[in-house]
Amino acid sequence: MHEEIYIAGIGGQGTLSMGQMLALAATSENKEVSYVPFYGPEKRGGFANCGVTISDHPISSPIISEPSVLVVMNNLSLKNYEDSVIPGGIIILNSSMVDLGVKRSDVRVISIQASEEAEQLGDVRVTNSIILGALIELTGVVSAGAVEQSLEQILPARNLDMIPINLKALERGSELARNYKKAWSNLS
Amino acid sequence: MRRFLMKGNDAIGEGAILAGCRHFFGYPITPQSEVAHYLAKRLPEVGGLFMQAESELASINLVFGAACAGARVMTASSSPGVSLMQEGLSFLAGSELPCVLVNIMRGGPGLGNIGPSQGDYFQATRGGGHGDYYTIVLAPNSVQEILDIMKKAFDLSDMYRMPVVVMADGIMGQMMEPVVIDEEKSVEIPPRPWATIGRDYHEDRNEINSLFVVLEEMEEVNLRLLHKYEEIRAKETLCEEYMLNDAEVALVAFGTVSRICRAVVDKAREQGIRAGLIRPITLWPFPYDVISRAAKSAQCLLAVEMNMGQMFEDVEIGAKGRVPVYHYGRLGGMVPLAKDILEELKKVSERGGTGR
Repeated sequence: MHEEIYIAGIGGQGTLSMGQMLALAATSENKEVSYVPFYGPEKRGGFANCGVTISDHPISSPIISEPSVLVVMNNLSLKNYEDSVIPGGIIILNSSMVDLGVKRSDVRVISIQASEEAEQLGDVRVTNSIILGALIELTGVVSAGAVEQSLEQILPARNLDMIPINLKALERGSELARNYKKAWSNLS
Repeated sequence: MRRFLMKGNDAIGEGAILAGCRHFFGYPITPQSEVAHYLAKRLPEVGGLFMQAESELASINLVFGAACAGARVMTASSSPGVSLMQEGLSFLAGSELPCVLVNIMRGGPGLGNIGPSQGDYFQATRGGGHGDYYTIVLAPNSVQEILDIMKKAFDLSDMYRMPVVVMADGIMGQMMEPVVIDEEKSVEIPPRPWATIGRDYHEDRNEINSLFVVLEEMEEVNLRLLHKYEEIRAKETLCEEYMLNDAEVALVAFGTVSRICRAVVDKAREQGIRAGLIRPITLWPFPYDVISRAAKSAQCLLAVEMNMGQMFEDVEIGAKGRVPVYHYGRLGGMVPLAKDILEELKKVSERGGTGR
């Protein structure tokens, strides 16, 4: 197993938290992992990306230039990174924020109205957990249980009451991804 | 033994604490600020002292004072802040005081930006401040190595009574990787009979000074430093080699870039190009011997850096003109991508030993 996951969006969307949850989950499962954030100096609204490599083997380069999974949280990130994904890779779109289409035909694309889904659960801040739930369902890169446990480590003490709604969001993302998985397996 | 996820900057702080460092003086600057943040919390927990000074100048001079008093002491900053510390660093070197200075390099020159860079190579490996001196420069390339190298940095600085620089870039500072910490390991800090802590503690009058107005006396100090540097060159050079034995093209890279280059070597080998990698861990002393050996077996060398070609000059010195030395770099906070390095490697591999 070796996945190179690139998560791209803007500050406040939870892109870095998503990456850190994956890294924490992978560490707890004794996997090799590297997490590298990239962000601008802006207090709000600047780009906020991270690359997470998870592998069964020691990781050479922590810098991802050709991801196997790309998570896109805004239009600009799709423009910037669509071409970087390896053939056969996965692009996960938060279609609440992204209205551009994916031009590539050699990658699998999953669109989730994650912000609306999160609002339906009661808090738009769990948008990233919906996307993350879908990501782990599609890739199996870490177990759902390990990601769930990472919530305790990633959330500040004052927000620990957000754990239950995040768990719901992870499950909702996973459920939405299962439909895609079925469709994809029917295709092949 | 515990395995957990840790950020590079936090590993600098925890590595220092595991090494017995109990004094930190610093001033925040991105992408280094988490070092101060981490130690501000951790040092009081272990009975240490954290002080945010009013500037980098104050920080390095507080380091000077604490080192005089025999403390295991450090500071950390990023490129523009480290420039401000150079006068103090020269005084520390001239006074033969042990301390550790961490530089989490960012884009420059000037105020530059907060992107990762390796643009301070010349500054670090050629002393940095004024006068005839060197500092040992260590360049880790993983969070685990950062954690482990902090202990080595303090030990070397004590052993040779000189400042040691740990140099990494913004990526190393910000990235997270699992680390294993052996908390059982005990630390032995060597005695400091030279420290200026008062006649209650030492019989003779101890003096720490870098002013020698009599020329002959200054030269004597300079010669003592020179002998120390010769000993360090002979004993302390560290370098990692990867797939070097049969390599036609040897990449040379340190820090973050060496991680990318390792992946490039694997990719090149998959495509039938015999590539190898030389990773200097000590940038001063530089592993000229390894470069020299590679210059006998490989057809050419390719230095890859996040600068215009600074370590490149050391690679040329080591190669002694035997084979062409090429350079590939990204500047201004940009990171060289694996596929671009591979392209460059293919180019130079075709040119091989035929020159530029």
